[in-house]
Amino acid sequence: MTARERIAGNVANYVDERTGAAAWLKKNLNKVFPDHWSFMLGEIALYSFIILLLSGTFLTFWFDPSMRHVVYEGSYQPLKDVEMSAAYASTLHISFDVRGGLLMRQIHHWAALIFVAAIVVHLLRVFFTGAFRKPREFNWILGVALLTLAIVEGFLGYSLPDDLLSGTGIRIAHAIIQSIPVVGTYLSFFAFGGAFPGEVFIPRIYIVHVLLLPGIFLALITVHLMLVWYQKHTQYPGPGRTEKNVVGYPLMPVYMAKAGGFFFIVFGITAFLGAVASINPLWLYGPYTPGQISAGSQPDWYMGWLDGLVRMSPPLETYLFGKTISWNILIPGLIIPGIIFTGMALYPFIESWITGDKREHHLLDRPRNVPNRTALGAMSLTFMVIAMINGGNDIIATHFDLTINQIMWFSRIGIIVLPPLAFVITKRICLSLQRKDRELVLHGRETGRLVMLPHGEFIEVHEELSPAKKFALTQHEQPAAIELVKEDARGVLNPKGIRAKIQARLSSANAENIAKPTAAEVKELESGHH
Amino acid sequence: MSKELEPLSDPGLPEHIHRKADIDPIAAKRAERQVAILFSLSAVGTLLFIYSFFFVNEDLFIFIPIMGSTNAQQLGIGIGMAASLLFIGFGAVHWAKTLMPDQEVIAERDELKSEQSDRDEFVKSAKAGAESAGLGRRPLIKRSLAAAAGLAGLPAVLLLRDLGPLPGNSLNETSWKSGTRLVTDPGDRPIRPSDLEVGAVAQVMPELAPGKKRTLENIAKDAVLLIRLRPSEFQLDAERFSWTYEGIIAFSKICSHMGCAVALYEQSTKHLLCPCHQSTFDVTRAAKVIFGPAARPLPQLAITVDADGFLIAKQPFTEAVGPSFWERKS
Repeated sequence: MTARERIAGNVANYVDERTGAAAWLKKNLNKVFPDHWSFMLGEIALYSFIILLLSGTFLTFWFDPSMRHVVYEGSYQPLKDVEMSAAYASTLHISFDVRGGLLMRQIHHWAALIFVAAIVVHLLRVFFTGAFRKPREFNWILGVALLTLAIVEGFLGYSLPDDLLSGTGIRIAHAIIQSIPVVGTYLSFFAFGGAFPGEVFIPRIYIVHVLLLPGIFLALITVHLMLVWYQKHTQYPGPGRTEKNVVGYPLMPVYMAKAGGFFFIVFGITAFLGAVASINPLWLYGPYTPGQISAGSQPDWYMGWLDGLVRMSPPLETYLFGKTISWNILIPGLIIPGIIFTGMALYPFIESWITGDKREHHLLDRPRNVPNRTALGAMSLTFMVIAMINGGNDIIATHFDLTINQIMWFSRIGIIVLPPLAFVITKRICLSLQRKDRELVLHGRETGRLVMLPHGEFIEVHEELSPAKKFALTQHEQPAAIELVKEDARGVLNPKGIRAKIQARLSSANAENIAKPTAAEVKELESGHH
Repeated sequence: MSKELEPLSDPGLPEHIHRKADIDPIAAKRAERQVAILFSLSAVGTLLFIYSFFFVNEDLFIFIPIMGSTNAQQLGIGIGMAASLLFIGFGAVHWAKTLMPDQEVIAERDELKSEQSDRDEFVKSAKAGAESAGLGRRPLIKRSLAAAAGLAGLPAVLLLRDLGPLPGNSLNETSWKSGTRLVTDPGDRPIRPSDLEVGAVAQVMPELAPGKKRTLENIAKDAVLLIRLRPSEFQLDAERFSWTYEGIIAFSKICSHMGCAVALYEQSTKHLLCPCHQSTFDVTRAAKVIFGPAARPLPQLAITVDADGFLIAKQPFTEAVGPSFWERKS
C-alpha cells in the first residue's frame, strides 16, 4: 500500500465511522444518467445560478444599497458633480474604479439572462417530451415556482442600481401594486415606505434580492435535484430502453467529468460575454428622477412579454361608486400572468385527467406522437412571442420603419387569432410527421436510386430501416379515447354529467392519431416483398 | 386504456463500437496530449488575467473591430478569465469523451411506491400516534389549538404595519396651489409667456419656498409640461380654454397610465407620447387619449400670469395626477 493510499484510507475511515457515508456512496457513485444534449439545459440553469451567487457576492462588497443623496466624485467625467443616490454612485464606482468590477457586473447580468433563458428552454423540453408526467408532477411544480421566482429576482436585480431606466421599471411596478383593488394604495405605501419613490425601496428589495430569494432558490433547487436523483432521470425511447430501466453513463467518472467540465464551459462563456459584450451601460442613462425618461425604455428580455401585454391592453378603466378599477393594468399585469402560471403549474394534472392515464412514465414522448400537447405548447408559445414582440414595438418601429400603431394593432388582433391558428397548424404537422413515420417503417427510406426493371418500369429503391430504428418509431402507445358513459346498465345517469362530457370530448381530441404500424402489418409486408 | 396491438419487438441495445483511443495506444496517447494542451491553455488564460490586472494601464483604450474603443484592462482580465475557465471545461469534456469508458450501462429502476406492508405499518403507527395524543377524543384541545395558532399569525402581519404611513389624501395632492409660480427645471427660474415660442415645450416645476429642497416625491407628482400653440389650434371647451394662457397649455407630465414621464412631443401632430407603453395624447384636445393603454387624459393645470408677468397656477390640479388607484374619484 502506498503512503497516499494509506492517507486516503484513513480519511475515508474517519469520515465513514462518523457518518456511514460509504454505503450510500457505493450505491450512488455508479448511478446511471442517460445522455442527451437536451438534458444539458437544466444544467445550464443550475450553473448560471452558481455563477450568479459568485459574481453577486463580489458585487455586494462595493454596492451601497441606499437612496441617500450623494454627489458623484468618481472617475466617470460626464456625471461628475451630479447629485444621485448612493446606489447609483456605488454602481458607477464598481464599473469604473474597481478592477474587474465592470466585468463582474456584466457577468452577473449576462448570467441572469442566461439563467432565466435556460429555465425556460428546460421547461419547454420537459413539457414537449412529457417528462412532467407521473411521478414527476412535484418537480414540475417546483420548476414553475423557480421560473416565477427567477423572473422576480431578475427584475429586483436590475432595479437595484437606481439609474433612469431601472427607476422607470420600479415606477411601473409601483403602478401595478397601486392598481390592485381595495388594498393597492395601502400596499404601495407600505412597500415604498410612503409616496413614490421614497428612500427605502432599494434597501428593501436589496435584502430580498441577495438573501431572501437566493435562500428560497437554494432550498427549491436542492429539492428539485434530490427528486431527480431519487426518481432517476427520464430517457428517450429506443432499443434497449424501457420503463423499467435507465440506460446511460455512470456518474463516476464520465458524468462527473462531463458535468464538471460543462460548468467551466458555461462559466467561461458567461465570462467571455461579460468581457466583450456590453450590457446595461447604466452610466449612459443618468440617475433616476421621476420627471425624466429615455426613449426606447426596454426591460430585460424575460419581462418583455409582460410589458408587451400592458402595451397592447385596451384603455379600460371603470369608475363605480367613487372607486376606480384599472383593468388596463390589472388584466395584463396581474390576471393574465396569474392564469398563465397557475395553468402551467396545474398542467400535469389536467393532462392526466384528460387521458385518464395514472401510470408512471419514465420514457419520454416524441412531441409528434402527442399532437394535442405539442399543439397546446405551440399555441402558448405563440401567445408569449406576440406579447414579447409588442414589448419591443418601439424598437421594431424605428428599425423596420413601421408605425407603433401598426405593430400594436397587429399584436392586439394577432394575440387572439394566431395562437389558435398555431394550434391547428402544429397538430396537422404532428399528424403528418406520424404519417411519415408510418411510411418509413412500412416502406423504408427513399434512397434516390432509380432502377429500371427488365420490363422497362422505373422504380425508386426503398431501403428497409434497421430493426432498431423501426422499434424507435413504433414503441410508443397510442391512447384510446375515454368512452362517455351517459347512463349505466340500470339506466342511472352518470353523476359526473357535464364533467364526464368535457373529459370524453377532450380525450377524443387527444386520441386523434395516425395509426402506427403494427407487427402484423410489418410482417405481412415483409413476407409479400422479400 | 390504450388500444395497444402487438408492438414491434425490441432489438435491445446496439453493440458497442470502440473508439479509436480504446484500441489504438497511439490514438490514446494523442488524446492525452490534447487534453493536457487544453489544460495548459487555461493556465495561459490565468497568466493573461494576472498580467492585465497588474500591468495594463486602466486608462488605456484600444480599438477592436465591432466592439469599437475598448478598455484594455477590462478586456484583458475578462478574456483571461474566460480562457482560464473555458479551457478547463474543454479539457475535461474532451478527456471524458475520448479516454473515459463510453460503454452505456443499464440500471434497473425500482418502483417508487413503498411496499404494501410498509404502507400499512405507517398508517398504523400514524394512527397510533394520533390516538395516544388523544386529538380525536379531546375536541376542546384541537379547537383551541387551531384558534390559537391562527391568531398567532396575526402579530407577524401586524408587525409589518409600520413599513409605511397610511396614504391618507396624499395621492390627491400636489405642491401646486393657486398663485404658485411656474419655474424652469433645471434652473428654478420663473417664466414669462414670451420665453416660450409657438411650438416650444418646457418642463416646469412649482416654485419652492426659499430654503426648501425639491424631493423626488415632489417631482413624481409636480412635474408639468408647458406647450405653446396658436390659440386657434385648440379644440377645447370654454372652461379648459380659460385654463390656457396665450396659447400656452400645461399638463401633468406624469402618465395617467403607469406614471412614466410623458416626455415625447411631436411638434407636427401635437401629440404627446409616453415612451413606456406608447399612450398617445392629443394636446389640442386637452390631452385626450387617442392611442395606447392609458384610460384618462393627462390632468390639465390652469395657468395665468401674476402682476409681474410671470406664469402662475390659477388653481391646484382638479384631479389626482399619475396612475389610477382604488380610491381615485372620476
